[in-house]
Amino acid sequence: MKRSGALLLLPLAVLLSGCDFVVLSPAGDVAAQQRDLLVVSTLLMLLIIVPVMALTVLFAWRYRQSSTTATYTPDWDHSTKLELVIWAAPLLVIICLGALTWLGTHLLDPYRRIDRIEAGQPVTQNHKPLKVEVVALDWKWLFIYPDYGIAAVNELAAPVNQPIDFRITSSTVMNSFYIPALAGQIYAMPAMETKLHAVINRPGTYAGFSANYSGAGFSGMRFAFHGLSDQAFADWVAQAKGAQDTLSRETYLELERPSENEPVRRYASVDPDLYGAILNLCVERGKMCMNEMMSIDAKGGLGLAGVRNTLPLQYDKLARRGAVFGNDPSYVASICTAEEAAAASRAAHDADQKYWPVRDLSPLRGAGLLSPGTGSRRADAGTPSLGLLRLEL
Amino acid sequence: MPETLTKFIFGRLTLESLPLHEPIVVGTFIVVALGGLAVLAAITYFKLWGYLWREWFTSVDHKKIGVMYMALGLVMLLRGFSDAIMMRLQQAIAFNGSEGYLNAHHYDQIFTAHGVIMIFFVAMPFVTGLMNFVVPLQIGARDVSFPFLNNFSFWMTVGGAILVMASLFVGEFARTGWLAYPPLSGINYSPDVGVDYYIWALQVAGVGTTLSGINLICTIIKMRAPGMTMMRMPVFTWTSLCTNILIVASFPVLTAVLTLLALDRYVGTNFFTNDFGGNPMMYVNLIWIWGHPEVYILILPLFGVFSEVTSTFSGKRLFGYTSMVYATVVITILSYLVWLHHFFTMGSGASVNSFFGITTMIISIPTGAKMFNWLFTMYRGRIRFELPMMWTVAFMLTFVVGGMTGVLLAVPPADFVLHNSLFLIAHFHNVIIGGVLFGLFAGIAYWWPKAFGFRLDPFWGKVSFWCWVLGFWFAFMPLYILGLMGVTRRMRVFDDPSLQIWFVIAAFGAVLIAAGIAAFLVQIFVSIRRREALADHTGDPWDGRTLEWSTSSPPPAYNFAFTPIIRDNDAWWDMKKAGYRRPLSGFKPIHMPKNTGTGVILAVFSVALGFGLIWYMWWLAALSFVCLIATAIGHTFNYHRDFDIPAAEVAQTEEARTTLLAAQG
Repeated sequence: MKRSGALLLLPLAVLLSGCDFVVLSPAGDVAAQQRDLLVVSTLLMLLIIVPVMALTVLFAWRYRQSSTTATYTPDWDHSTKLELVIWAAPLLVIICLGALTWLGTHLLDPYRRIDRIEAGQPVTQNHKPLKVEVVALDWKWLFIYPDYGIAAVNELAAPVNQPIDFRITSSTVMNSFYIPALAGQIYAMPAMETKLHAVINRPGTYAGFSANYSGAGFSGMRFAFHGLSDQAFADWVAQAKGAQDTLSRETYLELERPSENEPVRRYASVDPDLYGAILNLCVERGKMCMNEMMSIDAKGGLGLAGVRNTLPLQYDKLARRGAVFGNDPSYVASICTAEEAAAASRAAHDADQKYWPVRDLSPLRGAGLLSPGTGSRRADAGTPSLGLLRLEL
Repeated sequence: MPETLTKFIFGRLTLESLPLHEPIVVGTFIVVALGGLAVLAAITYFKLWGYLWREWFTSVDHKKIGVMYMALGLVMLLRGFSDAIMMRLQQAIAFNGSEGYLNAHHYDQIFTAHGVIMIFFVAMPFVTGLMNFVVPLQIGARDVSFPFLNNFSFWMTVGGAILVMASLFVGEFARTGWLAYPPLSGINYSPDVGVDYYIWALQVAGVGTTLSGINLICTIIKMRAPGMTMMRMPVFTWTSLCTNILIVASFPVLTAVLTLLALDRYVGTNFFTNDFGGNPMMYVNLIWIWGHPEVYILILPLFGVFSEVTSTFSGKRLFGYTSMVYATVVITILSYLVWLHHFFTMGSGASVNSFFGITTMIISIPTGAKMFNWLFTMYRGRIRFELPMMWTVAFMLTFVVGGMTGVLLAVPPADFVLHNSLFLIAHFHNVIIGGVLFGLFAGIAYWWPKAFGFRLDPFWGKVSFWCWVLGFWFAFMPLYILGLMGVTRRMRVFDDPSLQIWFVIAAFGAVLIAAGIAAFLVQIFVSIRRREALADHTGDPWDGRTLEWSTSSPPPAYNFAFTPIIRDNDAWWDMKKAGYRRPLSGFKPIHMPKNTGTGVILAVFSVALGFGLIWYMWWLAALSFVCLIATAIGHTFNYHRDFDIPAAEVAQTEEARTTLLAAQG
C-alpha cells in the first residue's frame, strides 16, 4: 500500500523537479526575504492544519456508525477546557504570525529603501542607487534611466548587487509591475506614482510582466529583466546611447498609442521632464498638469474662472471620450508654460527625494526594548519603551 | 427609414452589434435557441403555462421561491461552468506561438462573465434559495415576513441574470475582470456596451438581493415560534441572520459605487477618472468594502449547513453551540475590517497594510474554532456517511487548505509575490468550491427530501461527489503550483512551454468537474424517475434535530398546522425525546398571503429599463421606468392580498398525513 502510494507520487516529483519555482527561489534579496516569510508562515499554520486534517480523518473513521467499540455520547456538547483550547490554539498561532507580519511588512515595505544587499551585507554610502522610472503603456513597458538619459521599451537592465529605486506610473489604466525573481509587485496607476526598492543578486535574464489585467494586449505585456555585471551594464548603457531613436514628448505620444507584443526598443536620449509630464497627465503641451491643478486647488482654486479654463480636446489616448450626456471632450488648459510646469514638477520631485533619509532601524530590531535584568531605562526613556511602537515610517 | 429615426428607436443597437462574426457564439446561440424552443414547446404541448404561472411564477410561498432560486442557480451554473471550461481549454493549448482558439475580445469577456455569473447568479441564488426554503421552517413560521417582496426579489435576480445572458447574443459583456476597475471600465477605455450590461445586470439583481436580505432579517427577528429565544435558534438560522445583516449593510455600497460608475459613463462626472480630480482607487476601496463581506455572505450560511449536517449525521448535539454563534457574529463584524487586503500592492503604507493583514488573520480564529466545533461534534458521535456528511468531511479536508493559503495571502510581503497570481485563483476557488459549493451540495442532498418528499439517488450522488472532489484537486492544485512559478491570472497566451503540462492537468480536472455536474443532473433525473422507491413519508428521513423535520415532506402550504412551542435549540429532537404527539383535531382556519403576478411584471419592466439604458434607447428606458413606478404604485391598491385556508382543508391535509404515518407503522 505504502509503496504503491510512493510510486504514484513519482511522476509528480518528476514534474515538479522540472519546474522553475521562481517565487520560491528568486535571485533578488527582497524577493528572497518575502519567500522566507511565506515559508515561515506556512510552517506556522501547518501546526494547526495538520492536526485538524488528521483528527478529521481519525474521527470520521473512529466514530463511524458501523464501529461497535466507539463510545457514543449523544448529549455531550460542551467542555470549557476544550473550548479554551480551540480558541486559544489558533489565537497563539495568529499572535506569532501577526508579529511576523507587522515586522515583515515594515521591513519589506516597497517604499522603504533597502538596507542590505543580501544577508550580512548592509547598504553603505558607496552603493549609489540606480534610478529607474517605469511607465506602463498600452500594452508595453517604458523604462527611463534619468541618471543616464536613456530609455528602453520592454527591456530592463540593472547591475547586480546595486540598489534599484523604481518610480512607477501608468499612462492609461492600472497595471502591476512585477519581476518575480527580483521583488514583489506594485501597481502602476495613471496620475499616481508608486515606488519599489530592490536589488538583484545573481546575473541572469528574468521575466517581468504586468500582473494586473489591463485590456486586449495584456498577455503580451512582458519584458526581459537583465541582471548584469557592472561592466556588462556599462556596455548596455553604451549600446542604448548609440541607438537611433530619441524620446521626446512628440515621439512619446506616438509610442503611447495602443499596440501589442512590442519588440525591444532603445532611446539614446530622453526629454528629462517627460516622466514628470506623464505622471501629471500633461505630455500634450497646453494641458494643465495634475500637480499644478492640485497646488492651485490647495490654494483655493481659480474660482469661477476655472470653469471656463477648458479647451476642446483634439487627441486623447483613445478615439472616444466623453459620456453621452456629458460635456464635449475637453481638457483643463494650463495657466503656466510647459517649462514652468516642468520646473515645478522637478522641484516637487527633488523635495520628495530629500524626504527620504536613510532610516534608523534599530527600534525594529528591539533596540528600544529594555534588556532583561536592567533596572533603569536607557537615555531615550522619554519615548515609549516598546520598540515596535516607536516605528515611524 | 431615415437614420435619425433608426437611431432613436434602436439607440446604438445595430446589426453589427450581433456577434455574427464569432462562430463559437453563433454556435452557442443556435444550441441555446433550439434548447429554449424545445422547452417552450414542451411547456405549451403539455399545457403547463397556466400551472407554472399560478403555482410557481406568481407564488409567494417561501418554499416554492426557494426552489425557484435553486433552479436559477443551477441553470446559471451551467453557463458559468461553460465559461470556465473554455478558459481552461484556451490556457491548455495557447503555447508555443499558438493563439489558442479564443481571441482577446472573446476571452476577456469569458473570464469576466465567469466571475460575475458564478458569484452573483450561481452562488447568491443558491444561498438565498436555501435560506428562503429552510429558515421559515426552522423557526416554525408559516412564511417570510413579506411574502410578496420575496417573490419580487426573486424575479429581480432573474432579471439581472437575463441581462447577463442577453449580453452573450446581443452586443457583448464587459472585458474588465469581474470587479470592473476603472479606468479600464470607464467610458474612455470601455466605450462599448459590455460594462453597461455589467452595471445594469448587477443593479437589477442587487435590488432583489437587498430586499430579500431585509425580508429574511425581519423574518428571523420577528417570526420565531414561541420559546425560540435567540440562543435557541438553529445554527443555520443564526448564520442566515448574520449573512442577511451583511447583505443589508454591504449591498447598498455596491449599488452606490456602480451608480457612481454609471454617472461617470453616462453623464460625464469624474468620480473615478484621473484627470479632473477623480481617483480610481476610490472605486477599488468601495467595491471591496462590498466585496469582502460578500465572500462571507456566501460562506456563512454554508457553515450553518455543515453544523446542521454534522450534528444530525453524528446523532449528537452540536458541540459548543454558544461559541459557534459567537464565532459567526465575530466573523460578521470582522468581515468589514479587512477589505484592503485585496490591494496591499497598490502602495498603502506599511502600517495600513499590517493592520489589514492582521485583522484578516484574526478572522481565521473564529473560523478555526468552528472547524474544531465540527470536529468535536463528530467526536463520540455515531456518524452515518450519507451524502450530506460525505460532502461535509470533504469540505473539512479541503477548506482548511484554502484557509491556510488565505492567511498566507494576508501576510502583505507574501501577497506582494502572490497577488493576482494563479495561487490566488487557486486559493479562492479552494474556499468557494471547497466551502460554498460543497456546502450547497450537502444542503441540497440534506433538504431535498424535505422539499419533494423523496431522497436523492445515492449512487449518482456518490458519482457526482467523487468527480467533484477529485476534479477540484486536479483543477486547482496545479494552479497553486503555477502561482509559485510566478504565473499571473487572466493570461490568454503563454510563451514558457514548461508551464503547459500544469494547465493540461488543470483542464483534466475541469473535465472531471464537468462529469460531476453531469452526474448531479443525472442524479436529479434518476431520483425523479425512482421517486416511489426513494419516497419518504415520515417527513424525518435523517432522524433530524430541528423543526423543519417535524412537518410533512413536502410541507403543506401553511408549514405547521399549529405553531410549535420551543424548549431547546434542537427543538424537534427535544420534542421526539419528550414523546411529542401530533395534534389530530382542533384545527383552525389559517391566514395566508395570496399569489400575485406583480413581481414578475416589475422585473420585466426593470429588464426593459436596463436594456434601454444599455443601448441608449431612451424612449424604452423612459417608458419602462414610468411603467415600473406606475405598477409599483398600482400594486399598493391591491386589497385582495390574503385569504384563509378553511379549517376543513387543514384537517383534511393533516388527516392524509396521519394515514401515511400510520402506514409507516
